[in-house]
Amino acid sequence: MSDKILLSAENISKSFNHIKALQKVTIKAFEGKITAVIGDNGSGKSTFIKILSGSLEPDEGIIKIGTNSYHRLSVAQAINAGIRTVYQDLSLDNFKNSVENIFLGDEITRCGFLDRKAMRVEAAALLEEIKVRIPDLSEPVRNLSGGQRQGLAIARALRRPAKLLLLDEPTAAMGIQESAKTMEMLGMLKRKGIAQLIVSHNMEQVFDIADHIYVMRSGEVLVDTAVSDTSPEELRELILRREDERIF
Amino acid sequence: MKGYFDISAKRLKYMGDKMEKILGYIKKEFSSPVLLICFCLMISVFLSISTESFYSLKNVVNILEANSYRMILAVGMMCIITSGAIDLSVGSILSFSAICTAISLKAELPIALCILLGLLSGTVMGVINGVLVYATRINPLIITLATSYMYRGLSLMVTEGIPVTKLPESFREIGCGDIFGMESGVTAAFVIIIAMIPVFFFMKWGSYIASLGGNPEALKRCGVKTWKYRISVFALMGFLASVSGIIVSARLNSAEANAGLNMEMDAICAVIMGGTALHGGKGSLFGTVIAVFLMGLIRNGLTIMSVSSYYQQFITGAMLLCAVVIAELRERRARIG
Ligand SMILES: Nc1ncnc2c1ncn2[C@@H]1O[C@H](COP(=O)(O)OP(=O)(O)OP(=O)(O)O)[C@@H](O)[C@H]1O
Ligand SMILES: [Mg+2]
Repeated sequence: MSDKILLSAENISKSFNHIKALQKVTIKAFEGKITAVIGDNGSGKSTFIKILSGSLEPDEGIIKIGTNSYHRLSVAQAINAGIRTVYQDLSLDNFKNSVENIFLGDEITRCGFLDRKAMRVEAAALLEEIKVRIPDLSEPVRNLSGGQRQGLAIARALRRPAKLLLLDEPTAAMGIQESAKTMEMLGMLKRKGIAQLIVSHNMEQVFDIADHIYVMRSGEVLVDTAVSDTSPEELRELILRREDERIF
Repeated sequence: MKGYFDISAKRLKYMGDKMEKILGYIKKEFSSPVLLICFCLMISVFLSISTESFYSLKNVVNILEANSYRMILAVGMMCIITSGAIDLSVGSILSFSAICTAISLKAELPIALCILLGLLSGTVMGVINGVLVYATRINPLIITLATSYMYRGLSLMVTEGIPVTKLPESFREIGCGDIFGMESGVTAAFVIIIAMIPVFFFMKWGSYIASLGGNPEALKRCGVKTWKYRISVFALMGFLASVSGIIVSARLNSAEANAGLNMEMDAICAVIMGGTALHGGKGSLFGTVIAVFLMGLIRNGLTIMSVSSYYQQFITGAMLLCAVVIAELRERRARIG
């Protein structure tokens, strides 16, 4: 591939006590492309996302973003480099309302005071744009539905112009319609030139939007392929066959 | 004529809607304070009727004066509990900072410096709590239980258990002299509450403090340096404890290692009664303030009615129990309904 590499994580390893969550994982994200990471439960996808977003420290490995390389990426560095993340657990403060959650950590202030009105207006416009319907923005988010909460997490990631979106199962709790809308939106963002790294269990979805696919198992990259070089059937078979090899 | 009535009907409906909205907001945000105010009024009316000395300006001033330092402690504790932590070392910090001030007064240092030293010692102890809680990630209950013994131990070591008494008149003048016809402690409490309103409700600090209780991991993932807020909230508590320590020692004209025993429990009690949940995430400043006042009112009433102080403890405990049960029931109903 002749595309420009936006981010490359090389030989990332991470253990939790005796569990090897990641073993020498190398994954690259290309400018303006969608990269998908698929794999079974517990294969280390979320751990990898957390390392890229700076909220978890890898034991080994290096993360290269543009001309910079990091052994230990901090959240602030990741945000400054244009990385935005939708975590699998959504990372919302349940006691705060939708507006406060969208602006958490990056509030609009006037003379040191929170400008609630401006934030409310901007949040409402943003949610409208990405078609997330929340009837009462002042309701604590613990009272919202799973899909609404996921929409909020995505809205938060999209609020500021990003270079790379990390999406950890962004549509897991969404209905068919909302999920389709979100996918449509991701396609639109791609056309705008925003690169994405998306974790998903949905093979069809992945083949719909992704350019490149990584398949993970037990903390290792099993398959690394361009979408055009493979098919869902082939991947499925590959995953299952490797499973058999492991067992017998 | 008809048109006029039309408009007024519309207006009436508009006003009705508006009213409903405001009431709904009050019910949602201020239900505990409102409940507590009703309690206060009921007790006041009862005491006014049944006793002679309750209903007087002097007595109200008396209540405020006797509770000013409790008010200050409770405001700090409210911030701590909102941030999902707890601080059991408040009483020990209070006593140590009072001793610090008293000893430097005895050494005939300038009075402003003595007070500054007291405030500084309290703030440093708060910072130590905060750093320990942040760095070790151990439950603040355990950390501050340990430091509470340590700080109290320091006080005992420094004073060898002997109270530092006969403080200079000029210090007493500052610590509990007259401002606006009341002890200066009341003014201090008032200033602190007023200063807390913008910080707690309208600035990032208050919002982040609440998120520390709500979801600290999320706050961190949004790029906020959580250590700043974790440490600063404990530092604030330490500072406020030392302010209280100075007020208490000025009132009693002495500083001793056993001052401030169980003060943290009183403060926690007021905070919880005021509607702040023990798990944090959301705090109630006004509820806390009113709860302290309510507790003071009850204490005062029982004293006036010459009920033994043994009953006071029992009644305070029973009220706390009622308050948390009511809060819990309300929360459950909200969750189901
Ligand atoms: N904080 C942690 N402490 C201990 N073990 C952890 C921790 N986080 C993850 N693990 C372990 O690391 C492995 C990978 O977890 P991870 O969450 O990355 O999986 P995943 O691929 O995202 O799975 P899923 O599809 O279920 O989301 C799992 O075995 C998990 O138990
Ligand atoms: Mg996961």
